[in-house]
Amino acid sequence: MLFQANFPELKDYLDPMASHPTSGVDSPKPAFELKAATFTLPVIRLLEVDMDSVADQLGGKVDQAPDFFRNTPVVIDLSGLPAGAGRIEFPLLVGLMRGFGMIPVGIRGGTDEQHEAAQAMELAILGDAFVRRSPTTREAPRQPTPAPAPASTRPTPTPVRPTPAPARPVAEDPAVASQRLITRPVRSGQRVYAPGGDLSVIAPVSNGAELMADGNIHIYGPLRGRAMAGMKGDTSARIFCQDLQAELISVAGHYRISENIPDEVKGVPVQIFLDGDVLRVEKI
Amino acid sequence: MARTIVITSGKGGVGKTTTSAALAMGLAQRGHRTAVIDFDVGLRNLDLIMGCERRVVYDFVNVINGEANINQALIRDKRCDALYVLPASQTRDKDALTKEGVGRVLEELSKGFDYIVCDSPAGIEHGAHMAMYYADDAVVVTNPEVSSVRDSDRMLGILSSKSRRAERNEPPIREYLLLTRYSPERVAKGEMLSVNDVREILSLDLLGVIPESKAVLNASNSGVPVILDVESDAGQAYSDAVGRYLGEDLPHRFLDIKKKGFFSPLLGG
Repeated sequence: MLFQANFPELKDYLDPMASHPTSGVDSPKPAFELKAATFTLPVIRLLEVDMDSVADQLGGKVDQAPDFFRNTPVVIDLSGLPAGAGRIEFPLLVGLMRGFGMIPVGIRGGTDEQHEAAQAMELAILGDAFVRRSPTTREAPRQPTPAPAPASTRPTPTPVRPTPAPARPVAEDPAVASQRLITRPVRSGQRVYAPGGDLSVIAPVSNGAELMADGNIHIYGPLRGRAMAGMKGDTSARIFCQDLQAELISVAGHYRISENIPDEVKGVPVQIFLDGDVLRVEKI
Repeated sequence: MARTIVITSGKGGVGKTTTSAALAMGLAQRGHRTAVIDFDVGLRNLDLIMGCERRVVYDFVNVINGEANINQALIRDKRCDALYVLPASQTRDKDALTKEGVGRVLEELSKGFDYIVCDSPAGIEHGAHMAMYYADDAVVVTNPEVSSVRDSDRMLGILSSKSRRAERNEPPIREYLLLTRYSPERVAKGEMLSVNDVREILSLDLLGVIPESKAVLNASNSGVPVILDVESDAGQAYSDAVGRYLGEDLPHRFLDIKKKGFFSPLLGG
């Protein structure tokens, strides 16, 4: 893991956009000004996707300088990952960083797939151009991602593969993406996100499936996959589930894996909520 | 219009090709004009299981590329007039399958056939995607063990999100579960998942349970779809599965441990 300096090129991108309120005679008193500013942000350059070792090493860094990370916006750089490194567990990573007091704000580099996963976690995609100009990443061969449009900081959704896979922001299932009520089983590998609200599922959730919601999650059926409520940090969010067999449960970044869920609450109706810093699982 | 059925699983070696051959033969035996297509380009096997490997002239990729027409490439089964086989190419790879090309071939076949059975390759990559994309029905072949069940579950997710029906917001693909290599003895010993375990995890309609049987291997080796071995339990189970697919209400057989009768060692049980 490296910590890099800022990216001064940001200024070049924002300058043309900077506008000033017109001083017309009839115009009302301006409520805001749009300006550009350059910030220096710490960058965590991921070199592998195994969140356990990232957690260990990041914990060590934070222990050395706890104040440095407190409430600090941080950018995650994916350009150092080897090709085909596997899926990045963004929910885990974001939860982990929040746990250390950091505020993950965005990512840069990486593949379209990773961008989709990051967007599902409300992380900004910082333009690829920054990475390409950055001297530290020049030696690392990058995957052929399309060049971003100059005024845009988002990558164009041109598919890299010959199959025209539609670029969708969150879920694989288009029918599932914008809805909050799911009536068909959520299968292994599917992800469902309910932005800004609750998610209800009246079908089984399989191992390897992921449910995410900014609010509560209700599952009227067995939960065998992962459920993450309070994705935007709402600590009052809860998970209600008729039959808990989950791989992972999380509220506002505080998580428990299957191993740490007591046997007596498995296979029964439960609610899961945050009590201070402790994620509680209670029978209902 | 033909109904397109994909035989898929995610995991390899669970019996997709055996199932494709058996179901296609079963449908054809009941008088439905049926074509079975091998999508496993580069690792073709269906022609062996169907016993027509020595009659392959043109293949699926030739038809997609316009090097042959569909009638030149289809091989008529010698045992059943209503059954035709479209073999895969062994010398190409799966990228030779294009969405447009596959769509064109299926469109043409659907004019003359009642059922088109697509034998999917293992995995969830391009070849498997091409096999399931145009499907109306899917038979998910699963062995009673956890990794196979999980892979099937993944495949079911893909079926419900990446098919043409999903993209066009049409009614979803009808999904059926076919459990193969089932051994009630090993279930009793706790070495295998039971029918109910698998059903509960996948929450799917059960099309059939095919018992573990020597007849399957014998059938593959001799190039005869196992459904033609009417003496064997596997053959009968496949026949039941075809009946259920066509809407018959048949009880599931071969789910319990066979009782060892006095004569069973003599009769070969």
